[in-house]
Amino acid sequence: MNPVNYLYLAALLFTIGASGVLIRRNAIVVFMCVELMLNACNLTLVAFSRMHGNLDGQIIAFFTMVVAAAEVVIGLAIIVSLFRSRHSASVDDASLMKL
Amino acid sequence: MENLIALLVAAPLLGAAVLLCGGRRLDRAGHWIGTVLAAASFVIGAVLFTDMLGRGAEDRALHQHLYSWIPVEGFQADVAFQLDQLSMTFVLLITGVGTLIHIYSIGYMEHDERRRRFFGYLNLFLAAMLILVIADNYLLLYVGWEGVGLASYLLIGFWQHKPSAATAAKKAFLVNRVGDMGLSIAIMLMFTTFGTFAFGPVLEATGDTSEGKLTAIGLMLLLAACGKSAQVPLQSWLGDAMEGPTPVSALIHAATMVTAGVYLIVRSGAIFNGAPDAQLAVVVVGAVTLLFGAIVGCAKDDIKKALAGSTMSQIGYMILAAGLGPIGYVFAIMHLVTHGFFKAGLFLGAGSVMHGMNDEVDMRKYGGLRKFMPVTFLTFGLGYLAIIGFPGLSGFFSKDMIIEAAFAKGGTEGWILGSVTLLGAAITAFYMTRVMLLTFFGEKRWQPDAEGHEPHPHESPKSMTIPMIVLAFGSVFAGGFFSIGDRFVHWLEPVTGHDHGHAPVSATTVTAATMVVLVIGVAVAWVMYGRKPVPVVAPRGSLLTRAARRDLLQDDFNHVVLVRGGEHLTRSLVYVDHTLVDGVVNGTAASMGGLSGRLRKLQNGYARSYAVSMFGGAAVLIAATLLMRAV
Amino acid sequence: MSATLAAAVTTTSTGEAVQFWILGTVAVIGALSTVLMKKAVHSALSLAGTMMVLAVFYLANGAYFLGIVQIVVYTGAIMMLFLFVVMLVGVTAADSLKETLKGQRWLAAACGLGFGILLIAGIGQASLRTFNGLGTANARHGGNVEGLANLIFTKYVFAFEITGALLITATVGAMLLTHRERTERAKTQRELSQERVRSSHLPPLPAPGVYARHNAVDIAGLLPDGTPSELTVMQTLRQRGQIRDVSSESLADLKALEQRSGERLGRDRGPERDPAEEEEEVAK
Repeated sequence: MNPVNYLYLAALLFTIGASGVLIRRNAIVVFMCVELMLNACNLTLVAFSRMHGNLDGQIIAFFTMVVAAAEVVIGLAIIVSLFRSRHSASVDDASLMKL
Repeated sequence: MENLIALLVAAPLLGAAVLLCGGRRLDRAGHWIGTVLAAASFVIGAVLFTDMLGRGAEDRALHQHLYSWIPVEGFQADVAFQLDQLSMTFVLLITGVGTLIHIYSIGYMEHDERRRRFFGYLNLFLAAMLILVIADNYLLLYVGWEGVGLASYLLIGFWQHKPSAATAAKKAFLVNRVGDMGLSIAIMLMFTTFGTFAFGPVLEATGDTSEGKLTAIGLMLLLAACGKSAQVPLQSWLGDAMEGPTPVSALIHAATMVTAGVYLIVRSGAIFNGAPDAQLAVVVVGAVTLLFGAIVGCAKDDIKKALAGSTMSQIGYMILAAGLGPIGYVFAIMHLVTHGFFKAGLFLGAGSVMHGMNDEVDMRKYGGLRKFMPVTFLTFGLGYLAIIGFPGLSGFFSKDMIIEAAFAKGGTEGWILGSVTLLGAAITAFYMTRVMLLTFFGEKRWQPDAEGHEPHPHESPKSMTIPMIVLAFGSVFAGGFFSIGDRFVHWLEPVTGHDHGHAPVSATTVTAATMVVLVIGVAVAWVMYGRKPVPVVAPRGSLLTRAARRDLLQDDFNHVVLVRGGEHLTRSLVYVDHTLVDGVVNGTAASMGGLSGRLRKLQNGYARSYAVSMFGGAAVLIAATLLMRAV
Repeated sequence: MSATLAAAVTTTSTGEAVQFWILGTVAVIGALSTVLMKKAVHSALSLAGTMMVLAVFYLANGAYFLGIVQIVVYTGAIMMLFLFVVMLVGVTAADSLKETLKGQRWLAAACGLGFGILLIAGIGQASLRTFNGLGTANARHGGNVEGLANLIFTKYVFAFEITGALLITATVGAMLLTHRERTERAKTQRELSQERVRSSHLPPLPAPGVYARHNAVDIAGLLPDGTPSELTVMQTLRQRGQIRDVSSESLADLKALEQRSGERLGRDRGPERDPAEEEEEVAK
């Protein structure tokens, strides 16, 4: 097996995550799908790190994780405050940005 | 001595400020304040004149730098005065005649409630006119130029309760604007050409400048002169300007302000000397106006308007002379001075007649006034003799000189100009004789007015007659005094230069010819108006007479060409604006509105829809990348 | 994948291949269930599974540090945070899988398919036949963790510092977002009692549950006619629509109880009836 298969897997996971973002309405699930996409990217980085034989890819993946952690904190805080004000976690309910 | 120059202006300016800001408490003393300050200015002028006579011909010019007005790098505008022989002549004329007319106004405006204001305006006029003639650069001259325009506007419309006066003031103001535009363009051209607008540097640099530029500047200056001096084609305002009080007509619209154009051309002589085309234009304008004014003067029954036509015509003489170049500059100024005397005298006489006739201006309702107003008759008569060029009087010398100079221009041009000036002299003799006959000779033709008041012609008070007498003296003797021994020529030569030209005919011949046409003019007038009674109601008259009564259709021309043309132009511009410009603008806006109305449906506010767009975009980007790699 | 072999190789060990195909399938199934599961809790659990698989893949790819961090941070911390929020927010109508936006599902499918195909085609086009392995890179500083530490504190030290600032900011931001400032005065005891007296319910609200065997808070108490009263359930559950209706069961139980006690006491129960008929009656 060639490690390029990891890339195919990552592409598949990314696409599934992206479709989930488009399909699901629950903000929390949407957010989970975003995390799935981030993880797919991380897998790509790690696989490339192995292919090229240097650690920089892993460093970037590590930074991605840290940033994802920060993003999750903020994102979930936003969802909580959104739920508080609208009693709903649907992304479609937060659609005031239209005419 | 230089320091006195500013005082020339300061005195009347102070008078204007005090009288116009002082309020009603100055009503009783206002006219005296104005008159004393005008006289003070004259005294200062006289002192400066004596001082000037004491010096040699070449270093008579005085300069006074008052302050830097707009000191900017490369643009130095100073408030600085220059008093040379030319300016001196004007200073004496302005302050002298001005003072006399102040005195005259004391009597003439006696019953007017707003006399203080009138004197304030007169002083304002004097100050502005003095700035105009003693400025040492064109920009300051422009200040004076606008100042006299303002004073003229205020004084023409002094009796603003009369709609005709208010309209006349507006008309004068507007027509003058056209000319002022010429002056401002000329100054701008000067600045771009010479980098300065002080008289000295500009006039010295003309030798190194291309003729085209000089012609452009000259034509713009001519436009300015046309506006201010009521020359064709900007002449239409002068006749209406007679709505102002008679002293104003005498001072501003006969003796001084309207001659500012002549001053401008003579002052800018160096520019015109270098631009023969511009000079030709000046001569043509002068010649046309000379005949135009004279013809209008023949037909008018309003005494002041007849005199206004005469003024136009006489200034045409001056402009013509100024256009002749160094041959004529001196004579233009000389005629200007003598004209200042006799025309002011004539206007004051007309004012005196109106004063005694309940402000009646129609000459056909005068007649036989010589018995009732002997002093007025005498002074008016002397002015009349002077203007028609009766031998020995002022007009004889100054006008004769211009006719000679016109012939001396040489060639066909000389002959044409000479003939025109001779013809003008004949018409002058005709219409002035007509005025004289209608007013002072024949049977009395006045009748009770609508309210039954029969006018009781009477002589005017001393305050009015004395200035008339003084001016009559000037009318009689000034020309002779100037001409004997070529005094005036020697006086002005250092400033304007002088050239005798090549007269194709001798001076004696010209004088003889002038005498002949003079006699013809007087005789024709006598035949038409002196020998038989004059009808009170004007006869219908020939086509030319009727046209001349309407100022040779100048207003109709302006109305048809400028007003109607302007209306049509604006209407078509409005149409273009509404359909084309607004159409494009509104069309753009409407199409944008429609487009965005459709586009906004994309903005449904659902984050997931936006996410689809992003995702689709990302897919397109990947496709593009792959495509580029494949290619 | 020998640590000493620096030269490029084209295949991995068979063990890794087997591991990849098995766990890869699990990961895809986990991802699909994350997207398709109706309840957020199930989605979160599926995602956690996928992440664990990914952690194993990291380890297999020689990223030992990242593999452990993935488990600790992602599966341990982040996913638990998700679960907390799911509990906090609860289940809402948003969980319905019914699509409300017109054409959204089709567009999403088209985009997803196109994107995936293009991505995979792109990877297929790239010439990635050989790979180097991390042996040399890991060995240079004495191990994967040391190698990463060396890079973080030298080449990427600024990025690392900035990440610290980002974390602090995120923490403060989360506090700001979730903190609620009290905008009005708290009601005093007196005001609360006055409100209570003015309202229609002076006595305490009825308790939930029917008889002792149903004391769960999400089961409404029954009114005398057997219908459930929503008033007995707490407000939060009422708003979420999480009320379990057990009235029919309760009535059936009651019937059965009566019957059993009747049998035990040997009571005459009148004409004998078919038990099935009795069931129907109860159901009505």
